Amino acid sequence: MNIVVCVKQVPDAKDVRLDPETNTLAREGVLSIMNPYDQHAVEEAVRLKEQLGGEVTVLSMGPPQAQDVLKQAISCGADRGVLVSDRAFAGADTWATSYTLAKAVKKLGSFDLIICGKQAIDGDTAQVGPGLAVQLGIPFVTCVQKIREAGETEIIMERMMDDGYDVIAAECPLLLTVVKDINEPRVPSLKGKLKAKKTEIMVFNAEDVGADPAKIGLAGSPTQVVDVFPPPPRGERALLTGSIDEQVEQLVHKIAVYL
Amino acid sequence: MLIVDSDLCVGCGLCEENCAFGAIEVVDGIAVVGESCTLCGSCVDSCEVEALSLEGVEKNVQVDLESWSGIWVYCEYRAGKLAPVSLELLGVGRKLADTRGVELSAVLIGTGTEDTAQELISHGADKVYRADNPALEHFTDECYGSILTTLIREHQPEVVLAGATAIGRSFIPGVANTLGAGLTADCTQLEIRHDDGALLQTRPAFGGNIMATIVCPGSRPQMATVRPKVMQEFEFDAARQGSVVDVVLDETMLSSKVRVLESVVAENYDVNIQDSDILIGGGRGLDSEKGFDLIRELAQSLDGAVSASRAVVDAGWIGYPHQVGQTGKTVAPKLYIACGISGAIQHVAGMQSSETIVAINRDENAPIFNVADFGIVGDLYEVLPKLISKIEGHRKI
Repeated sequence: MNIVVCVKQVPDAKDVRLDPETNTLAREGVLSIMNPYDQHAVEEAVRLKEQLGGEVTVLSMGPPQAQDVLKQAISCGADRGVLVSDRAFAGADTWATSYTLAKAVKKLGSFDLIICGKQAIDGDTAQVGPGLAVQLGIPFVTCVQKIREAGETEIIMERMMDDGYDVIAAECPLLLTVVKDINEPRVPSLKGKLKAKKTEIMVFNAEDVGADPAKIGLAGSPTQVVDVFPPPPRGERALLTGSIDEQVEQLVHKIAVYL
Repeated sequence: MLIVDSDLCVGCGLCEENCAFGAIEVVDGIAVVGESCTLCGSCVDSCEVEALSLEGVEKNVQVDLESWSGIWVYCEYRAGKLAPVSLELLGVGRKLADTRGVELSAVLIGTGTEDTAQELISHGADKVYRADNPALEHFTDECYGSILTTLIREHQPEVVLAGATAIGRSFIPGVANTLGAGLTADCTQLEIRHDDGALLQTRPAFGGNIMATIVCPGSRPQMATVRPKVMQEFEFDAARQGSVVDVVLDETMLSSKVRVLESVVAENYDVNIQDSDILIGGGRGLDSEKGFDLIRELAQSLDGAVSASRAVVDAGWIGYPHQVGQTGKTVAPKLYIACGISGAIQHVAGMQSSETIVAINRDENAPIFNVADFGIVGDLYEVLPKLISKIEGHRKI
């Protein structure tokens, strides 16, 4: 089974803060990491490869330094890494990103399965996975929490719903997005790290993948950001005072209306 | 791309201050653009000497934007029930439709929908497109997507909204991509821009650390998914009149290569934290999984439900259905008691609409106190037992 896994390099969201004075993202000390959901996507792909054979290709769109996350995926068992990188991709929204990734997947040749993380933690849109499937003309299943059975042609899986889960059967070629419950990603082995070091990442630009300049980057994006601002503050610091007993007493009085 | 005219640039640094993405900086007296530039253009507007310009970003504008008219809402219906967010969408949709002076239509897909169409009219819809067929009992991206796509192509609404639920966040991106339409996920605010009638879509990004307002300048429909529990329902009016259109379904709309074998309603899903008026949230300050026993006890004394921060869900102390925040559920109970939750912005984004927020934390500098109406600095294992006994004493009166 040949599998393509899409990964994204993201700033570690728990470190990102908006400086209220300047309205800019304070990026000092913010590390770039592989999107956490994508780590689970890589792991699931490697497990399927171990079970069924085949090859795992990791694909990313991003700046040159995004090679780091592709190397990380290789150290965890992926076979090759492909980066699509071009200044012309800047400002791409989820539509233009889906289009660009689809062009890259087509260039890579045939595949049976594409696995993406449920969403990236910087944008949290969950739109690129389904968008990529539509661009490639294949079906998709989102938020997969468990693969029950995987064969060469059919996969039976559980997809998370708001009230439980659905059991789903689908034929390849197929695109899945996965949630964290699906597996526990492995820690890279020493051998894996050495392999990652030796493996050359393939880098394609817009022309290499045959992308239409009108459909990439900001020009190809139907949406446009027109304003960025800090979230509105809520409430005031209102700490109760006195001994713990007194504070609890005051609190029960304050919330009595709900009791 | 963003072009810096080195003859005009005076290296004043205004652009650097205005960039929300830290993508431009002044080096040796001239602005230099970095890799993280998103071409948002805010630096271009800020530059007083007009040294910055965006080039090659002319959008392909559909020539007939004006021919798209009407506000549409996808009303989610599953296992014989309407998702509560559907009514919230009709509430905000009604306001948008009135501002634009157009019709509000609902799209209802499922089976056995019976009186639901009339209910949607009573909640604000002028028209309901109903696709009711036994083959639509289970949600599939292909069937639901194909029906909605076909209807949009036929009737050309200017705006299409759906709930940011498991279903909405799955098939709506497919529909938008098929149509080449712009889609904004997880909106928390929707308004019409007065100048041109465009839909201003505001959403949290970077885990709720920043808010971004997004428009679709050159394409229609303008599509958005909307977070549950954020918008207000339209007041129910049984006398409201509207029309119901039964959609003619063909074979391609009813067949899917992806088959649902069964739908399992999981046991721990029966407590939907979004439906509870009182929520007790537990965080890492509980120190261990066992701490949730105390949280459950407090919840029980208040007839409330138990929620949690992402940190403890990731740690496996409690299941994902209990998670509140940007990557969990948005809640707006009457009373939210945050116990040992530090108040990371991504958590706050999911609970800040609560009527009253109480925070209990041993760290007096925890950001949760900044959003709390009442805060107690102290050890949970001392405060909570006292609080439980006081509440029980109070209730006996």
